[in-house]
Order: sequence, then C-alpha cells, then structure tokens
Amino acid sequence: MMGILQKLFGRQGSKKAAKERLQIVLIHDRTDISPMLMEELRKDMIDVLSKYMEIDAENIEMDLDKADHSVAFVANIPVVRIKRRA
Amino acid sequence: MEPRVIVVTSGKGGVGKTTTTANVSFALAKEGYKVVAVDADIGLRNLDVVMGLENRVVYNFIDVIEGTCRLPQALIRDKRVDNLFLLPAAQTRTKDAVNPEQMIELCNMLKKEDFDFILLDSPAGIEGGFKNAAAGATEALVVTTPEVPSVRDADRIIGLLESMGKNPIRLVINRVKANMVREGEMLDVQDVLDVLAVELIGIVPDDDSVVKSANRGEPLTYGDSSPAAQAFRNIASRLLGNDVPFMKLESQEGLGFFSGLKKLLGF
Repeated sequence: MMGILQKLFGRQGSKKAAKERLQIVLIHDRTDISPMLMEELRKDMIDVLSKYMEIDAENIEMDLDKADHSVAFVANIPVVRIKRRA
Repeated sequence: MEPRVIVVTSGKGGVGKTTTTANVSFALAKEGYKVVAVDADIGLRNLDVVMGLENRVVYNFIDVIEGTCRLPQALIRDKRVDNLFLLPAAQTRTKDAVNPEQMIELCNMLKKEDFDFILLDSPAGIEGGFKNAAAGATEALVVTTPEVPSVRDADRIIGLLESMGKNPIRLVINRVKANMVREGEMLDVQDVLDVLAVELIGIVPDDDSVVKSANRGEPLTYGDSSPAAQAFRNIASRLLGNDVPFMKLESQEGLGFFSGLKKLLGF
C-alpha cells in the first residue's frame, strides 16, 4: 500500500539519485588536488619561473582541465620581462 | 593466431570477476580455442573452486616462477572440454610474492604453450595484486555491477588500465535486475555507460544459476541454458569479433507464478 502511495505521489526511483551522486563523486575522484596543495604548487611555480623571467604573480591562472579519464594541468602566467642570462 | 592476453578486473570486490573469467574461458574453449585461465589472486584463490578443479591443484604459478616445477606440471586440464586449462594461484603466499616483471615472464611462458587466450583473474583493489595481474595483459575486461560503489571503483580501475596502456578496455555489467531497472530503482546500462564511457562487451542478468553453478563447481557455460549462461557465451562470442545483439533482460516476475507453484508441489 505504501509503495503504491509513494508511486502515486511521484516519488522518484532511487536510480536518479544514484546517477547524480555518481557523476558528482567521480568529478571529485578524478581530480584529487586539494586547494592547499594548489596553493603550494602556485608558490613553487612562482619560485621556479622567477629564476628565468619576471612574472606577474598576482594574475596567475591555474586550473585542472578535466576530460573523461585524463586531467591536464593548465597554467597561464603573464610575463613582464625575460631576465638576462650570463 | 597471436595469443590474446586479457586481464579480468574490477576494482571493487565481489562483482563477478572470477565468475566471468571461469565462464568466458569455458565458452571460448567450447568454441575450439586453447584457453588458460590464470588465477592471479594470490592468497585468496577462488578460480579453482568456481571451476570445480580445486581437488586437482598440486602446483601453482609461483612454483613455476620460482622454478619449483615446470609450467606444464602446474597447468590443470579441465576434462569437461578440450583445450581449457587452469593455472592456479598459491593459497599460502601473499601478493608481494611476485612482481610485475615476473608476471610478464609468466605470460611469455604461457604464450609459448600455444594458447589462443590467456585470461587472468585479477584480485580486487588497485595495488600490487592488480598490477601483477595486469602486467602481462594487453586487453582488459572490467566487471562492474549497476551500483554506485562498483561503478565508482570501475572508473578508477579504468583510469589505471588506460595509464598502463591496456587496449581495448571493455566493460561487463553484471547482476542486472531487470525488474529493479524497470521500476527506476537500479541504474540501467546506459547510465553506467554514460558515466564510464568505455566499450560494452556484456550485460549479465542477476541469476540464481550463478550461485548454484558455483556450488557445484560447474561453469554455467558448460551446458546451462540460463540467461546468465547465455550472457557469458555472448561475451565470448563478442571477444571473437562476432556482432551479437545484447539480450533483452526478462523480468524475473513473469516466471514467478509457475516457479512458485512448482516449488510448492515439490518439483
């Protein structure tokens, strides 16, 4: 009886919830770099790049580009000046 | 024919890797191919018992790798069908007893025995046991059920297999309950494919016959006519390149009245 009432009142089958939860959990699973780690990565990148060029550290853009089963780390770093090398 | 080396894996435990390995191996052998099913689950072997060959295990593949015995001594020939062999795992060792290089060498030794198909039954997980099982393989079958945890783990294992260069990677969706799918209470095949985005090679319905056949140690594809048996035969056929349409899954309910009556009358 409860089953029929539930169906009559349009309670959705659980599979919809399952699919939505799966899609979300997989986005997180596929890219597992925490914000803390991203920050450390940013600082390290600034240090390394600053050896070769003057960069605009305020305007660095970093992102993890997610596509199916592969992830690409993409960074856009504005360069002010390339340093002279001996 | 160049031997095909296929790892059967899943990530998640208990979704049907061993059942799939046993039944697909049997079905391929019945088609006339020379097949070896390798139990790569060291310490928790089960391929032997699912195939009903547990009483004949003497040596295992670690004995072969360590040189304790020659490979033919460890291979168990299944007497029910021509050209099907089992290479068991050790039960009293652990997964770190071998490394991937040794597994590749083992697969090379098996290739020299003129097998057409080498199927490796992988343990659950993503660590050493899985890496060993997959090391010598070129192709992969990933087994999942239409449930959130299984699909999540399947996604992870597919990612790992891709990074290892395994190709093709094909999916078996096991234990599909047609009535639950109809009621919207179970992920359907398309849902799983939308999420995992790999080639589908089999849909196996949930079937009591699987439990019974494991009880008897008799693979379904030996002679059973149940839906699951047909599904496993179809997987073998598709592996051979045949274009087999996927079965329509019958609801268990339609058969309910008469099978209930039979049980009541003691049949």
